[in-house]
Amino acid sequence: MSLKSLDPRITREELPDVPDNTPLKDIHHWNTFEVFHQSKTGGHHIHVGSLHAPNAEMALILAKEQYARRYNCVNLWVVKTSDILASKKEDEEIFETTPEKLYREASGYKVMEKINKFKNERKKG
Amino acid sequence: MNLNPETLSAVKNLIYSTADDHLVLGHRNSEWTGLGPILEEDIAFSSMAQDKLGQALALYQLLNKLGERDPDTIAFTRKENEFRCCHLTEYPIGDYGFSLMRHFLFDEAALLRFDMLSNSGFTELSHIAKKFRGEIKYHVMHAEEWIKQLGNGNEESNRRIQIMFDTVYPLAHGIFEPLENENILIENKIYEGENELEQRWRVRIGKIVKDANIILNETEPKDKHYGGRRGMHTEYLKPLLLEMTEVFSIDPNAEW
Repeated sequence: MSLKSLDPRITREELPDVPDNTPLKDIHHWNTFEVFHQSKTGGHHIHVGSLHAPNAEMALILAKEQYARRYNCVNLWVVKTSDILASKKEDEEIFETTPEKLYREASGYKVMEKINKFKNERKKG
Repeated sequence: MNLNPETLSAVKNLIYSTADDHLVLGHRNSEWTGLGPILEEDIAFSSMAQDKLGQALALYQLLNKLGERDPDTIAFTRKENEFRCCHLTEYPIGDYGFSLMRHFLFDEAALLRFDMLSNSGFTELSHIAKKFRGEIKYHVMHAEEWIKQLGNGNEESNRRIQIMFDTVYPLAHGIFEPLENENILIENKIYEGENELEQRWRVRIGKIVKDANIILNETEPKDKHYGGRRGMHTEYLKPLLLEMTEVFSIDPNAEW
């Protein structure tokens, strides 16, 4: 018996009902790539999701229709998921005191008044 | 630009041919929706099929401005022999290799055609051509990437893509069947003509298939698949039109 599905892609793979544990060959198991989307020139690339592709070139081609067909986009990046080094989940505590450090933020300095004063003086001068 | 009746008729013929190609192939390619080889490719191919319908719509709208019936009536009520699409667009989807090869050979020609039309002396047409250039450029990028990767992949992928190229390349010559009165279009700098388009296409295809390790054999006479531009079609168009117009025909006056 093989697995039957409403999705013909699944059915034609003739997958066994009981999963066998032999490792998949590369040709049957594409890598995932992470997609980053830039909505206007000069803006940041923002992570929008991932997709399957045999290599980076094809990932870029497929990413256009998966992630850039409905919203403004001027540029796409793709990165192989396995090439991303992420911090460990169990190390989450290293970020814990961050919200308490507002005093380190530039927004803490009241500079706008000085800047506006300077601008006004220049205008007059 | 005011067109005299003779030129207007030639222009309409050009627009009908181009629009019908995009409508019929768009419909064909949409048959892959839900069945594509992998999810990502399914989405991409379906989206490009929709692009083609949008391109056809814009051209039918221009025809409507030029005095023809409204786009829905043009698309859904004409008889088979009133269509001007080339035979290549009519064939069933076959296996994915066939559809992919057709997408490659057709869209390369479409990009060159829209490039030509971008410089058309008939500005209404050049506006449409410029508007859709980006869409078709992506279709070509998508097609070329697959052709390149499959041609240079492994023995099986090269063998299968070569078989599809040998099958579809002769059919593609029907794209360039000369249009009735196209000399008027050439004289009036509205369109450079099918022959010029075919020359550019052959150069481009020749280069890409060489890079993809695909062998190009010129075997059949190029007019073998002519007829579409004169309303003579393959046996596959009629069932396609029946299916495409099935819902419309239930109530042609329905408000959507």
